[in-house]
Amino acid sequence: MKFRVERDQLADAVAWAARTLPTRSNQPLLSGLLIEAQDGGLVLSSFDHEVSGRVETEAVVDEVGRVLVPGRLLSDIARALPAQPVTVVVDGSRVTVNCGRSTFTLPTMSVDDYPTLPQMPTSAGVVAGPSFASAVAQVAVAASSDETISFLTGIRLEMTGPVITLAATDRYRLAVRELPWVPESQSIDAAALVPARVLADTAKTLAAQESVTIALAGSGQDEGLLGIHGGGRSTTTRLLGGEFPKYRTLLPAESNTVASVDTAALVEAVKRVSLVAERNTPVRLHFTGDEVSLTAGGGDDAQAVESLDATVDGEAIDIAFNPRFLLDGLSVLEAPVVRFAFTVSNKPAVLAGAAERGADPSPEFRYLLMPVRVG
Amino acid sequence: MSRSQIRRGARPEGLGTDDDGCTVLHVDMDAFFASVELRHRPELRGLPMVVGGESGRGVVLAATYEARRFGIHSAMPMSRARRLCADLVIVAPDHHSYTEVSASVMALFASITPLVEPLSLDEAFLDVSGAVRRMGSPATIGELLRARVHDEQGITCSVGVASSKFVAKLASTRAKPDGLLVVPSDEVIAFLHPLPVDALWGVGERTEEQLHRLGLLTVGDIAHIPESTLQRALGKSLGAHLYALSWGRDPRTVSPHESEKSIGNEETFASDVDDPAVIRRELLRLTEQVARRLRAAGVVGRTVSLKVRFADFTTITRSRTLPEPTDVARDLYSTTVQLYEALGLQRARLRLVGVRVEGLLDADGAPEQLLLDAPEHGWRDAERAADAATRRFGRGAVIPARLVTPHEQADE
Repeated sequence: MKFRVERDQLADAVAWAARTLPTRSNQPLLSGLLIEAQDGGLVLSSFDHEVSGRVETEAVVDEVGRVLVPGRLLSDIARALPAQPVTVVVDGSRVTVNCGRSTFTLPTMSVDDYPTLPQMPTSAGVVAGPSFASAVAQVAVAASSDETISFLTGIRLEMTGPVITLAATDRYRLAVRELPWVPESQSIDAAALVPARVLADTAKTLAAQESVTIALAGSGQDEGLLGIHGGGRSTTTRLLGGEFPKYRTLLPAESNTVASVDTAALVEAVKRVSLVAERNTPVRLHFTGDEVSLTAGGGDDAQAVESLDATVDGEAIDIAFNPRFLLDGLSVLEAPVVRFAFTVSNKPAVLAGAAERGADPSPEFRYLLMPVRVG
Repeated sequence: MSRSQIRRGARPEGLGTDDDGCTVLHVDMDAFFASVELRHRPELRGLPMVVGGESGRGVVLAATYEARRFGIHSAMPMSRARRLCADLVIVAPDHHSYTEVSASVMALFASITPLVEPLSLDEAFLDVSGAVRRMGSPATIGELLRARVHDEQGITCSVGVASSKFVAKLASTRAKPDGLLVVPSDEVIAFLHPLPVDALWGVGERTEEQLHRLGLLTVGDIAHIPESTLQRALGKSLGAHLYALSWGRDPRTVSPHESEKSIGNEETFASDVDDPAVIRRELLRLTEQVARRLRAAGVVGRTVSLKVRFADFTTITRSRTLPEPTDVARDLYSTTVQLYEALGLQRARLRLVGVRVEGLLDADGAPEQLLLDAPEHGWRDAERAADAATRRFGRGAVIPARLVTPHEQADE
């Protein structure tokens, strides 16, 4: 095998494919990156039995072939190479990477024993890369990081006609985003529970792509597989098992108090007052008249108070939140104004974005946040 | 019980008169469990007797002074005690009566001063400064206590009287058995300095070894080297702590509600166990006990730790901090089992397992992050209902089905 490739193209492709390599695995082969040189270009792949990545890139291939090389090492090398064309040659069990006046020789691994990557399932539809990336980022904050409850570490994708609904919850908050897409079939009605970290990471790397294909394995042997494809990069991931909570029933139908606050100002204020909120103590919000006052700490400990202008409709309310959960929601709102809807102080609050104070909330994103009970 | 090597009973001359300002009393029952047993087994008086389990794994819980003469002491394996004394009388423990006697003794203490800090079933610190005017000097109160404990409970106790907790405790050890020792304020240094270093609170085997390596054998040796040298050798806080103690400085006051920093239970198996099902069941039993104790104390905790001792006595602990503090056995159990499974023991033989909850907070004041999908009444309510049933119908009234065995009630 022998090929020549531009340094930037190699570095980008290797970095992307190496991103899902397992850091520790009892199967050393899986730490390898598969390079396939074909007529017209290269295909780089990685696979850890859960997630596969496959990226195509242009190259001048002098001799076709396949080789499995230590992935992280190649990624580190590719990143450090000078900006000159790179020549890669396999000679026996060694692979030589030549760039300018530097030469690296790496051992190879047995390519014959490398597992076969899953087939990309058939396309279910197409979304725009930028909005898909932002939608996934919006809900991913609410996914749990506790691997022992695996089904809460996922993002649920519901593909219903022309809309994809994304949802994630760790039981303390729930983020729901609706996103228009172009399904292969207008009558599609399917759902998948995708590991949040993989989806967020993949969507982010495809944020610049005009169109991203979402593929879902139907019934058959590849059941439980989701594929995402865009710009020559394909990722497949196994789906998570377990039953995702029936979240739609959690969204309150009505509210007693509606309040709008400038998002950026609230973020700053929460960050400031929560400096005195020791671990696991909440920040308390009191909405009344035309302001919201924030307090944290108290008792014998340090205390902080700050107030902000707000537009409040309905009854005054006192409610306490975990400051991190509140900030997570505010930080992904992507709107100048946050609109809170409350019922009572021990029931969830609904956060949504709005264009200005007092305006109607934008319907596509909701962040449901469960309060903290104090005293 | 202290593993201190101070010679007991030998009362240093010249001590024991001026109790002015010595308002801290340390009261310690003599061979508590054994003394309680002797009350209704007078025929055993004067014989070497111990309380403890007779089975292969039993340990000595208490030994009479006759048994101690053979070198037997509490926490010693029963098999070893038997080898030391062929005629040893072994009595099975009756925890119920010990608890009862203990409660009566503690009630007696409370009638003298509200400032009672129980350390265990059989010992407590008392601050009697408020009772001096009413009842006489601290030594008088100490003697009164000893007389009343003997009259009312038929057991003896020893009392240390001093101006600080740590000296009072040393004094009671020195006064044993059936004695009282006052360490006057101006004789504290003279009392302390000849003592071996392990008499100091905070000196265990390892620290003792370190001190010996530095050539420090007595408390006086510690007192006469620069504090900074001690801190360099032992670490900043331990060094400062021991230096202060060596000069009799102990700022701790008698606090009746010494809040516990952790609550835990552990179990030594009758014989080593490698069956994961048995271990899990034991973990369930322990987490139920610990959760019940948390709820009884009105506290919640966030850090759950699992302790495992292997057949070769290697001991490891693993802990995990929960997102929210809890007092619910179900939460503790699921975390404990995760910790256990993460060990990947593959049928290693275990001698002991323990469960402990740390990072305790008052349950009332603790902020509680609510759950989106929590049912109106969760496991916490179920377990509280079981607590109520237990209060009414006795221990074991409501237990997890897995802990019900056909032949015996799950014991505490």
